[in-house]
Amino acid sequence: MIAYILRRTLYAIPILIGVNVLTFVLFFVVNSPDDMARMHLGMKYVKPEAIENWKEERGYNRPLLWNGEAPGLGALTDTIFFQKSAQLFVFDFGRSDSGRNIGYDISQRMWPSLAIALPVLLVGLLVSITFAMLIAFFRATYIDLWGVVICVVLMSISSLFYIIGGQYLVGKLLHLVPISGYAPGIDAFKFLVLPVIVGVIGGIGASTRWYRTIFLEELGKDYVRTARAKGLSERYVLFRHVLRNALIPILTGVVVVLPLLFMGSLITESFFGIPGLGSYTIQAITSQDFAIVRAMVFLGSVLYILGLLLTDISYTIADPRIRLH
Amino acid sequence: MPVILWTDALIFLLVAVTVGFVLYVRHHEHLRAPWRQVLHSRLGMAAAVVLCVYVSIGLLDSLHFHPRLEGGTGAPRYSTELISVFDWIMGPIRERVEKTYSAPFASHLYVKEAMGRPGGEVVRAFPHLEYGGRHLADPAQKGWDILAISLRASAEGLLVWGGLGALLIVALSRRWGRRFSETLRTVVRGHGPIPWLVILLTAGVVILLAFLAARLGVKYHIFGTDKVGQDVFYLALKSIRTGLVIGTLTTLVMLPFAILLGIMAGYFRGWVDDVIQYVYTTLNSIPSVLLIAAAILMLQVYMSIHAERFESVTARADMRLLFLCIILGITNWTGLARLLRGEALKLASVEYIQAAQAFGVGNFTIIARHILPNVMHIVLISVVLDFSGLVLAEAVLAYVNIGVDPTTNSWGNMINSARLEMGREPIVWWSLAAAFVFMFTLVLSANLFSDAVRDAFDPRIRRG
Repeated sequence: MIAYILRRTLYAIPILIGVNVLTFVLFFVVNSPDDMARMHLGMKYVKPEAIENWKEERGYNRPLLWNGEAPGLGALTDTIFFQKSAQLFVFDFGRSDSGRNIGYDISQRMWPSLAIALPVLLVGLLVSITFAMLIAFFRATYIDLWGVVICVVLMSISSLFYIIGGQYLVGKLLHLVPISGYAPGIDAFKFLVLPVIVGVIGGIGASTRWYRTIFLEELGKDYVRTARAKGLSERYVLFRHVLRNALIPILTGVVVVLPLLFMGSLITESFFGIPGLGSYTIQAITSQDFAIVRAMVFLGSVLYILGLLLTDISYTIADPRIRLH
Repeated sequence: MPVILWTDALIFLLVAVTVGFVLYVRHHEHLRAPWRQVLHSRLGMAAAVVLCVYVSIGLLDSLHFHPRLEGGTGAPRYSTELISVFDWIMGPIRERVEKTYSAPFASHLYVKEAMGRPGGEVVRAFPHLEYGGRHLADPAQKGWDILAISLRASAEGLLVWGGLGALLIVALSRRWGRRFSETLRTVVRGHGPIPWLVILLTAGVVILLAFLAARLGVKYHIFGTDKVGQDVFYLALKSIRTGLVIGTLTTLVMLPFAILLGIMAGYFRGWVDDVIQYVYTTLNSIPSVLLIAAAILMLQVYMSIHAERFESVTARADMRLLFLCIILGITNWTGLARLLRGEALKLASVEYIQAAQAFGVGNFTIIARHILPNVMHIVLISVVLDFSGLVLAEAVLAYVNIGVDPTTNSWGNMINSARLEMGREPIVWWSLAAAFVFMFTLVLSANLFSDAVRDAFDPRIRRG
């Protein structure tokens, strides 16, 4: 097991190098630092000194890959690639283009993100599994048909509509909770209720439909027929046998997104003014702060790969028939 | 003077491919069978009717030209403005621009203005709209006027629908070799494999709405006007093309890579498999929004530095739309490639492929002749399933400012600009509502249609 985890971790390294090189190419080769400086300082009437100054402040005044002027190893290390991209491997995110410490910002902002994403995931899971069970119990009836149709309708509504509609209905018309904002500690609750509800409703259609297919697939298997042949009631079969077996694909599917919960949800967070990593990313994108975007790309890939690793491990725990080699 | 933008060219390429595909399918019974099942699905066909309307509007909106200027002698002069055939048809609605916001069916502007009265005094009041409800002698009569126009439009719509329905039934009775009344009874009772009644009813609703919109649209602004006074109904219709382009061209640009790489990985295995898997795992591990953001930010920098390389604002917006499709395609092809790899792995060990290898048939001939036809159903299902997700994604991307160009008409841009006006009192809701209604209709029918296609093509679900 440990050897397997170790091997998978080693396998992640070339992927992260790939991500790193890709972002490096995107951010520094497609457009040179000069272009970026000009973009930030205003397009036309920029003096060359101002550009040099801007690059100097942010450390973009080095050569891209090879610094011929620096002595010894400096030829490799005193470059933009080493300073800006390779440093990400030790989670040194450096400073943003506006001068803030990215690592510190991330460590502060991931908790509000988690405070939304985790309840959304858990409540959503509970609600969707319940609905899917219900639909599967009444399969091939009108409840099944209309349940699926409602799921498709819910899926077809833009997530923006759920957010705007929820804000308008609950926040503005009914005045139940504040429309947006955030407070640390226990006060966060009233700010979190609405985003969580909206998040759950937004995800219900797709996941209920997906879980329904899983349940129906399980219901067609031989052990279900055996259980029925033994004379067990349909309810017993559904809850004791089918639910347990269907939970394996459902939960392992959830594991892969667990690490990504830290990244938060871009749209929800910025609509509700939650100071999480999602709104951080959006702010970075709108203010064209490339350093932050670069850091988030790398962080996102690390978390995704971690999710894959956790999925593989959770398969072995959930289903002992699977052997890892 | 016609102009072909990049996305226009690709759209027509797509149309050509589709037509070719249809002609090919017609001559192959094993391919026709699943399509026949799609034709027999009620929800699927109702959705198909709605999709047809959207696609026709999108196609009309893809024929761009510079309109010829009136007057003048000698060589014809052309306007610098680039419009489409659809714009030209919609002329009466497109050109009626008010000053700023006005509510649906309003006869007065949304904001007060200082107005001079005949007596010389100045009062602040809601001014009359330039065009909306201008024909009314007394604005208090508006309700009756709308009712009268709607009744007339409904009557016309029903008439046209009845005519089309009769034509259809005549055509059907000829084909089936039956009498008119017999055919009518079969259709109305919903007998027969193809749900003609559902198709007719959906078409009826569409025709009715079209007539209502056309008759009311030239007298009022049926979805109100936006901040700069443009008719929201027209903008929502214009956005159809953007939605369709993103939903279809994205798949078109990614398809060759996904098919080729996916099948190669599964068929050749070994180092080819390793390399291809590495490429798509790497791409997949970057959160797609961030990859799109990074790419679009870089494009923005490039475009503003090299502004002189683009002929016009439209051409630049079009390039950005195309680039967005490509980058969305890059983030999207991995799923399909993985599916195809798995299927090709399975197929590569099947006996007829081994026989072909034993006969010394070349690898790429085997891929083209034996593997590709056997994975086409996966490709088709994933193309259709991806469509609605992409249309929805466009709105989200527009919100993050990494979607289509701000000058392009799209539902995302409409929602994004309307969102800022949510705080106004009374609330400006019509842009949002129009964008959501049009987007919802498209996505819902795409979802229903793709369900019908999946049911017909997925061998695990296919029955009989």
